[in-house]
Amino acid sequence: MIQTFFNVEIIAASWPIVVAGLLNTVLLSLIVVPLGLFGGLILALLASVRHPAVRWPLMVWVDFFRAFPPLVLLILLFAGLPFAGLDLGGFACVAIAFFLNTGSYYGEIFRAGIESVPAGQVEAGRSTGLSRLQAMRYIVLPQAVRNVLPDLLSNTLEVVKLTSLGSVVAVPELLYQARQAQSLTYNPTPIVVAAVIYFLMLWPLVRLLSRLENRALAGRR
Amino acid sequence: MKPQPIVDARAVHKHFGALHVLKGVDLKVAERELVFVIGPSGSGKSTLLRCLNRLEEPSSGSIVVDGIDMLDPRTDINHARQRIGMVFQSFNLYPHMTALGNVTLALRKVAGKSRAEADRLGRAALERVGLADRADHTPGQLSGGQQQRVAIARSIALEPRVMLFDEPTSALDPELVGSVLEVMRSLRESGMTMVVVSHEMGFARNAADRVVFMDDGLIVEQGPPAAIFETPTQDRTRAFIGQIQRH
Repeated sequence: MIQTFFNVEIIAASWPIVVAGLLNTVLLSLIVVPLGLFGGLILALLASVRHPAVRWPLMVWVDFFRAFPPLVLLILLFAGLPFAGLDLGGFACVAIAFFLNTGSYYGEIFRAGIESVPAGQVEAGRSTGLSRLQAMRYIVLPQAVRNVLPDLLSNTLEVVKLTSLGSVVAVPELLYQARQAQSLTYNPTPIVVAAVIYFLMLWPLVRLLSRLENRALAGRR
Repeated sequence: MKPQPIVDARAVHKHFGALHVLKGVDLKVAERELVFVIGPSGSGKSTLLRCLNRLEEPSSGSIVVDGIDMLDPRTDINHARQRIGMVFQSFNLYPHMTALGNVTLALRKVAGKSRAEADRLGRAALERVGLADRADHTPGQLSGGQQQRVAIARSIALEPRVMLFDEPTSALDPELVGSVLEVMRSLRESGMTMVVVSHEMGFARNAADRVVFMDDGLIVEQGPPAAIFETPTQDRTRAFIGQIQRH
């Protein structure tokens, strides 16, 4: 049993391959998370413009990319764009797909945060001469982010997990590399190693999230 | 010749959908005058106040404050608002900043002061409301009365030409009202022009130059406090004064 699922020799042999995958997973997360946060912030700021010409397209956009399965979106970009003469490669496709998908999720979280700040806060700022944008930046956003910090972190956890979808379009991230090692060694140990790495990487974030959620609950009491 | 009024609102109407909240209000306020606006809830007094600095967009009419046409689309409204302080019923302090941070935000971002200069002016403003020692406290660490005084400091730090008070003591516990009224009294003594929506009749009686009674979107009657409180000429004024004095 241990020989099959936790074979020390195979761990040693496949280690460089798996570590290369881990680095790519980290790199992918470091690109995709800020991109999603940035996209989400833009969407949320646009949502605070109440003009119908902005509101309706925005709503369609956000709904569409939240309803669209990210794996389908990814494969569509990867397999479809070359036919449009645009061959971006797996890595760029993952970045774009995630920007569209998680950006919409982050956007909804930011929007909820912005709406959680009482209107009186903006009025106070505007009455002292702050512009709409200044009031957003100095008064609303800091409070909004603080109010939805647990949700932002929770979504970030999901995003890091979702980077494993990159394996489908041959992005050499952790899962992809582990599967390569598995087929080279005819042994599932590399997959187990990958699972342990995922867990060790995300567990601190999960702990942090629990603490933030508890603190938010305590704050509400 | 009579001096130019600092606030000159004429024929102000405000509709909220089907609701006609202001039905043609004229209000002039002279420099250094303290005008008290009273009236039942829903009479439009808060809306009138919020129209004066255009937090609420009037449906029609004209509003000139300190020579600036507030409703002219070419008016730089952010610049104009620096000259009009506003104090809210619910304080509306920024909870993520210290008292000093609350007071200095607009000094730095609107008035363009350096941080050092803004801090100096901010501390001076907090000193004026008796809270110099609370500069580094956050709103959550302050009592309601202290929060409202910080809010007043936030306005006066910008050296406004006129201050608007929207029920400044209504959200306070009774024992904290006095400290806020005290600050308002000292502002008045320093010559600040003030428009106050409030039910603090005692304060109105001995501090106001003029009391304006509003009902149903119109100014029904106005005059010196003694006249409005002792010898109102209109039935609606008499009924309202009678009601609040019974409490």
